[in-house]
Amino acid sequence: MNIASFAPLAVVLPILGAALTFVLIRHSRAQRAVSITLLSLTLLLECVLLASVWDGGTAAVNIGGWLPPWGIVMVVDQFSSLMLVVSSTVSLAVLVYATGQGMADGDRDAPLSIFHPTYLILVAGVSNAFLSGDLFNLYVGFEILLTASYVLMTLGGTGPRIRAGVTYVVVSVVSSVLFLIAIAMIYGATGTINMADLAIKLADLDSGTRMLLHVMLLVAFGIKAAVFPLSFWLPDSYPTAPAPVTAVFAGLLTKVGVYAMVRTETLLFPGDSLNTPLMVAALLTMVVGILGALAQSDIKRLLSFTLVSHIGYMVFGLAMSSVAGLGAAVFYVAHHITIQTSLFLVTGLIERRGGSSSIDRVAGLAKLSPILALLFFIPAMNLAGIPPFSGFLGKVGLMQAGVQLGTPLAYALVIGGALTSLLTLLAVARVWNRAFWRKPEDAENPDPVLLADPEDSDTGDRAGKRNVTLLPRTMVGSTLGLVAFGVALTVFAGPLFRVADQSAVDMLDRSSYIQAVLGENAPVPPIAQPEPAQQEGQK
Amino acid sequence: MSVNLTLLTVMGALYACGIYLIMERSLTRVLLGLMLLANATNLLILATGGYAGLAPMFSKDIDPRDYNDPLPQALILTSIVISFAVTAFMLGIIYRTWVLARRDEIQDDVEDIRVAETPSFDAEDDSEIPVETSEFPLTMVGTDGRGISDAGMSGEGAGGSAERGSATVKAGGREIKAKDAAAEEQPGSQNVTPGPEGGVK
Repeated sequence: MNIASFAPLAVVLPILGAALTFVLIRHSRAQRAVSITLLSLTLLLECVLLASVWDGGTAAVNIGGWLPPWGIVMVVDQFSSLMLVVSSTVSLAVLVYATGQGMADGDRDAPLSIFHPTYLILVAGVSNAFLSGDLFNLYVGFEILLTASYVLMTLGGTGPRIRAGVTYVVVSVVSSVLFLIAIAMIYGATGTINMADLAIKLADLDSGTRMLLHVMLLVAFGIKAAVFPLSFWLPDSYPTAPAPVTAVFAGLLTKVGVYAMVRTETLLFPGDSLNTPLMVAALLTMVVGILGALAQSDIKRLLSFTLVSHIGYMVFGLAMSSVAGLGAAVFYVAHHITIQTSLFLVTGLIERRGGSSSIDRVAGLAKLSPILALLFFIPAMNLAGIPPFSGFLGKVGLMQAGVQLGTPLAYALVIGGALTSLLTLLAVARVWNRAFWRKPEDAENPDPVLLADPEDSDTGDRAGKRNVTLLPRTMVGSTLGLVAFGVALTVFAGPLFRVADQSAVDMLDRSSYIQAVLGENAPVPPIAQPEPAQQEGQK
Repeated sequence: MSVNLTLLTVMGALYACGIYLIMERSLTRVLLGLMLLANATNLLILATGGYAGLAPMFSKDIDPRDYNDPLPQALILTSIVISFAVTAFMLGIIYRTWVLARRDEIQDDVEDIRVAETPSFDAEDDSEIPVETSEFPLTMVGTDGRGISDAGMSGEGAGGSAERGSATVKAGGREIKAKDAAAEEQPGSQNVTPGPEGGVK
């Protein structure tokens, strides 16, 4: 009985929480207590799981005792457990933030009481996708989290949210249909949908069929991960949702797509010849995304574009398929989930304090609320990759791997990455200059809240009370916690990078994964078509 | 493995119609298109199971090759449930769009259009900075001046900002203003600050 046997609880606990909070729909206080408790328990469990595989190794759980090629397996390895811990930390912080917002605004009406069950279902879906060792179960995980996200996206049913929700739902459904078609074809070609079993059997297919299946999976995941030509839907739909919802979507949903891409590339189709197109897609994602961000004047939309842009870094790391590149990509995913979410949470606070999220209308926040300025500044610099933050370390890791690889395309990506990093700095500096440094009087049509004298609002009961509702302590506290977690990623970057590199070694080697699922005697096929570029990179 | 040609033809037709329909602007047609796509995919999964066989219930007398493959059917069942839920949700959204906008169409993104129509010249970032003769107070004149005109143009500014605008106008003569502002920016010159501050109130 090893500790990994408890892995399914990471999915079951949030679902249990969803059921309980649904029953308690009329008791908002009990709802809050239940959802926060269960999510904390889940996080604790996932930390234990991460600790159990910290030094390497892979553990598999057969659900219901069915043997692997037929039954559903859940696989705990370094990458999946790291993703679980980071995603649960982020979702816990966002949950606390959302309850803080609900308490400050008085969540008596129905749409907000549906928030807790839906949110927990979303977390369950994310955990399921990370743990799944079975392609169809991965699809189910995606569907769970997507269906929950449809509800969260259109929470309240206001005009703009419905408009954005329609685009989001249609695009997501189309990508899911593509994924399902790919699964059907893979099953038709190999007769199995267990990922470890597929890793063995896909190698026997002829290269044309394998290429078709590979491309279909990548396109389906590429839509979910918002890789450039398929990223058009994201900046359209994310910004309209409520602040905590956008935050958790930005942090988690695209990263689940990236995670699935990593598994496809490393486990199912290693060494296949799609690395060059992936690199080109990564470059375009980075550059086009960040140019889009520069054109925006709404902070949420701007951040959505930086989100798309930085997905490019992860795809870059993945496309190098070398230990250094993949390890840096794993680290970058963990870093980016945290940072992007905290930036969106801060934007929610900016919107509360400044009355708007448009950088034309917000001004003078550095003086009005220094804590908000601090909370924005740290993750913003982190995102832009200013030393010594984790964003810098991740980018340096990726660039080192790129230079190590040494192909002209890799150099182009290194340059593109540096350029994107600088343009990100420009984009966030623009927000900083306008929203924080400019005088409130200079803003276009500023909210009256901004013009109130800060000295007034500090003293006096009336003003003090109003300030509390503007920036509730729970919301600021949870954002602060997440920013601190982001800084901790910087402080503990050494051990984290070691784990990321080790997980990259395991993923590229594949034997640990396959043997954990199918037993010690399972044959590990040689990588089908080792690419010349990859061999060079590993020398 | 051989496949059923009728099933394949139907599947192809469903995919074609589905793809055609999701290109439409009308939401109901998009929904119909998605339903057709989901059903076509179900047929595809069924086709991967091969020819119809015996029900997969174990009996010693039957050759294993005569059974039907049960797994695709389990997959189809799951995917039917999922597409059912999504269809119901889509119907809800479409109804809501109808209630809100009285139109069964995908709406344009207002913010997108706004960004597309924004001129590349940004008054704040790109306007020419006046030649600096002494300190940066001269730029203060510029920003103040535009601040007033902005507040004046947008009718929404109402009470507070209009008042503030007129106050800054009073403070903002030609040369006197620049001097005042210069004095304001110097550290320790408290005596001038009350002017604009009072104006704010």
